Amino acid sequence: MATVTATPADDRVGTRSTLSTVLARPEVGALIGAIAVATLFLAVAPAFRSVGNIGTILYGSSTIGIMAVAVAMLMIGGEFDLSAGVAVTTSGLAAAHTAWWFGLNVWAGVFIALLISLAIGAFNGFLLHKTGLPSFLVTLGTFFVLQGVNLAMTRLITGGVSSNSLRDLDGFDSAKAVFAADFSLGPVNVKIPVVYWVVFTVIAAVLLLRSRYGNWIFAVGGDSAAARAVGVPVVATKIALFMGVGLAAWLLGMHLLFQFNNLQSGQGIGNEFIYIIAAVIGGCLLTGGYGSVVGASVGALIFGMTQLGITYAGWNPDWFRTFLGVMLIASVLVNMFVKRKAEG
Amino acid sequence: MAALEDTRVESTDRPVLELEDIGKSYGNVNALRGVNISVRQGEVTCVLGDNGAGKSTLIKIIAGLHEYTEGTMKVGGVIRQFNSPRAAQSLGIATVYQDLALAPLMAVWRNFFLGNEVRKGPFLDIETMKRVAGEELTKMGIVIPDLDRPVGSLSGGQRQCIAIARAIYFGAKVVILDEPTAALGVKQSGVVLKYIVAARDAGLGVIFITHNPHHAYLVGNHFVILKLGRVALDAHRDELTLEQLTGEMAGGQELDELSHELSAADPGKVAPAHEVAHGGVPAPGLGDDERDGAEPGDDAPRRTE
Repeated sequence: MATVTATPADDRVGTRSTLSTVLARPEVGALIGAIAVATLFLAVAPAFRSVGNIGTILYGSSTIGIMAVAVAMLMIGGEFDLSAGVAVTTSGLAAAHTAWWFGLNVWAGVFIALLISLAIGAFNGFLLHKTGLPSFLVTLGTFFVLQGVNLAMTRLITGGVSSNSLRDLDGFDSAKAVFAADFSLGPVNVKIPVVYWVVFTVIAAVLLLRSRYGNWIFAVGGDSAAARAVGVPVVATKIALFMGVGLAAWLLGMHLLFQFNNLQSGQGIGNEFIYIIAAVIGGCLLTGGYGSVVGASVGALIFGMTQLGITYAGWNPDWFRTFLGVMLIASVLVNMFVKRKAEG
Repeated sequence: MAALEDTRVESTDRPVLELEDIGKSYGNVNALRGVNISVRQGEVTCVLGDNGAGKSTLIKIIAGLHEYTEGTMKVGGVIRQFNSPRAAQSLGIATVYQDLALAPLMAVWRNFFLGNEVRKGPFLDIETMKRVAGEELTKMGIVIPDLDRPVGSLSGGQRQCIAIARAIYFGAKVVILDEPTAALGVKQSGVVLKYIVAARDAGLGVIFITHNPHHAYLVGNHFVILKLGRVALDAHRDELTLEQLTGEMAGGQELDELSHELSAADPGKVAPAHEVAHGGVPAPGLGDDERDGAEPGDDAPRRTE
């Protein structure tokens, strides 16, 4: 291949400065937002400044963050999951109902719930592939199906709207120790989901940026036809992403079940949007192919801080959702602005 | 009109890719019928044709995106039917699509190794991938200082280059280039044509799909013109001049008839400006209140009425 002489570098494409390289990262907008929110509440809410409350804030964030990480991965892969909110409840109820009805060891219920959650994810992905419909529609369907199943099965099994207590079943204590334990770290009381959240974020970030599978996720989200043409297994990648959401839903569902000892069948509706918002705040594009799981976790942290900050500041908590809406729009605008600055 | 079979013995080695009477029908539509092509390594085979001539169908069959319905395709002398792009790739057939199959938001090096990632243990070997991508692109004659830049921010020629360099690097025996110069300017096209020559000299069989006979004639060893799903011309470079190729491509016989028809219309003539009376439906015009701001020349005569 000696015949080609190197043409000089196109001088229109210069090297970028270190600052703009840093600013071009997808999670920058979320970090700026998190600092802004933290500053706001540190200023107006005295209770927010207490070190002991860090545990509470992190716990609130973790219950969103565990799901937001999986949802962000899915969004980077170019798909949505509107059933993510109720899927958490479905998983918890599946464990509670099967263990209670058959009088099984709680761990058997936990295991069955895992299978069901993964199956729901796989089903979403499979349906998406088979029908070619947008995931928005497919998972909207699953959302309603699961919502109905949650209510109807709970009514059928317990006659009410909440699952029966599992406290007397074998394995309850060990399951509670795994899914709903807490420990003290100095003055901070850390609930176990915080640990899961951090671990989950790290694993997802490594998977996304440092593994072959991560490369495929970006590719199927960015241009699935291109990904297929170079030999990326597009369908398998997407199904795995939906199953990842199922796995996260199971983990959170188990925590909620063992934390509160029972679950309300109508719980979880509307949370899917919170997960999506956290992912978007974290820099994920709705069109896929771009985003960050660390950003999504920071997005979840913004939620956690806001939720408690509003209470600590003595404001009416009814404003929480309004505040979130404003945060969403603001962070997307910041993300766009920062990206344009970095690329320009 | 054209030699249907190229009987001349060119090189001693057999063609790496042979299509014999290949056809593809979608329901009752025959997109491609009775196509014979032989691709040898170290040669550029140009496939020309107008829009809808069947070029895309032909590429998709070779690339493994479509399965053919008639005839046989032999790769290295063995009959094959690809059911996925990966199957084609595994036999050394790489395709550079018109849309390049690059994910626009992904970094250059990630795109380069997409689907063929280098790993160190379970993780990506980013260092090696960046280095190799940089080296391969430099070999092809383009220098991209920042391999972390998203592909979408590069120029069309640079993207084409990345796609070609990628195909060559991953051990292709045959590279199919789907209209690589169609969306490019003159200078960028020249750059791409140089890469085609470089790929040929590297010993690859190049299938160059284009509708530009000038580009084809600059680099091609062998020319196949498709028309309405059939081979209209199949000739070696020695049997053909650029004029003939251009003529064939422009329609040959049809062009003669057309030029005869048009000659009566006096092509050199400049018609005097004339206002054409419009039909029953009034043309959209400016309202009276808008008219004051309009160009004076536009409707000046009407105002004087």
